[in-house]
Amino acid sequence: MRIDVMGDAMIIRPKGELDHHYASEIREKADRIILKGEIRKVIFDFTNVLFMDSSGIGVIMGRYRLMEAIKGSVCAFGANQRIKDLIKMSGLSRLITIYPNQQKALEVK
Amino acid sequence: MNYINEMKIQFLNKSVNEGLARVAVASFCAQLDLTVETIADIKTAVSEAVTNAIVHGYENMSGFVTVCCVYNLNEIEITVSDYGRGIEDITEARRPLFTSSPDEERSGMGFTVMETFMDYLEVKSSVGMGTTVIMRKKVQV
Ligand SMILES: Nc1ncnc2c1ncn2[C@@H]1O[C@H](COP(=O)(O)OP(=O)(O)O)[C@@H](O)[C@H]1O
Ligand SMILES: [Mg+2]
Repeated sequence: MRIDVMGDAMIIRPKGELDHHYASEIREKADRIILKGEIRKVIFDFTNVLFMDSSGIGVIMGRYRLMEAIKGSVCAFGANQRIKDLIKMSGLSRLITIYPNQQKALEVK
Repeated sequence: MNYINEMKIQFLNKSVNEGLARVAVASFCAQLDLTVETIADIKTAVSEAVTNAIVHGYENMSGFVTVCCVYNLNEIEITVSDYGRGIEDITEARRPLFTSSPDEERSGMGFTVMETFMDYLEVKSSVGMGTTVIMRKKVQV
């Protein structure tokens, strides 16, 4: 997994199968950076996520709560239809926007 | 059910085995001529049930999770069992967004996902004895 920081934006790029086992690693690595206090925008790049279950929803929700507390935001891009369906099913789509690509995700304030 | 084939695997409640369970079930189902979509549905449902057994069933205890998989001419049935703490209120547990461990970032969507991606879901549980989840999906063989 790669995490890129660009100014006050952080892009989390999970790779492979986003299940409960992998979720704890993502959470740990992401929060280590978020808790330093400089990030205002968390972006999930789902381009290389081949599988996701509800543990992925938990990871997004968790980061959303964290960012909400510091008036920041969370969004995503690169999600396939299955991931989009899961996000919709959980009601998360009311809280985070899924953009078609990285550029769009970075653009929006 | 008159089964054509049947598989049973058992593994320790380690989160690394969630992937193992998905691969095993997907390989078994590959004997049938299923669509990529159907296999993805089954993998997701299995992942939810197995994760629940590991996370909620055993919590900090150690124990085995059993996954059984059978099919006949028009249906696949998958059973996931643990011998852990059991569920007190199954109706509440199955409600969308209900989770008993929000601090661990569970989303409470596991049972909803299983219900959505499979055609049938039955949960049997007894406190202190464990939980069995039975899922079925219609297939054209
Ligand atoms: N195998 C199990 N053993 C004990 N409790 C379980 C089991 N599976 C599910 N549960 C209970 O049902 C609840 C809902 O499960 P689920 O819909 O998968 O959501 P989540 O796993 O995100 O909490 C869990 O929080 C837990 O309390
Ligand atoms: Mg669950």
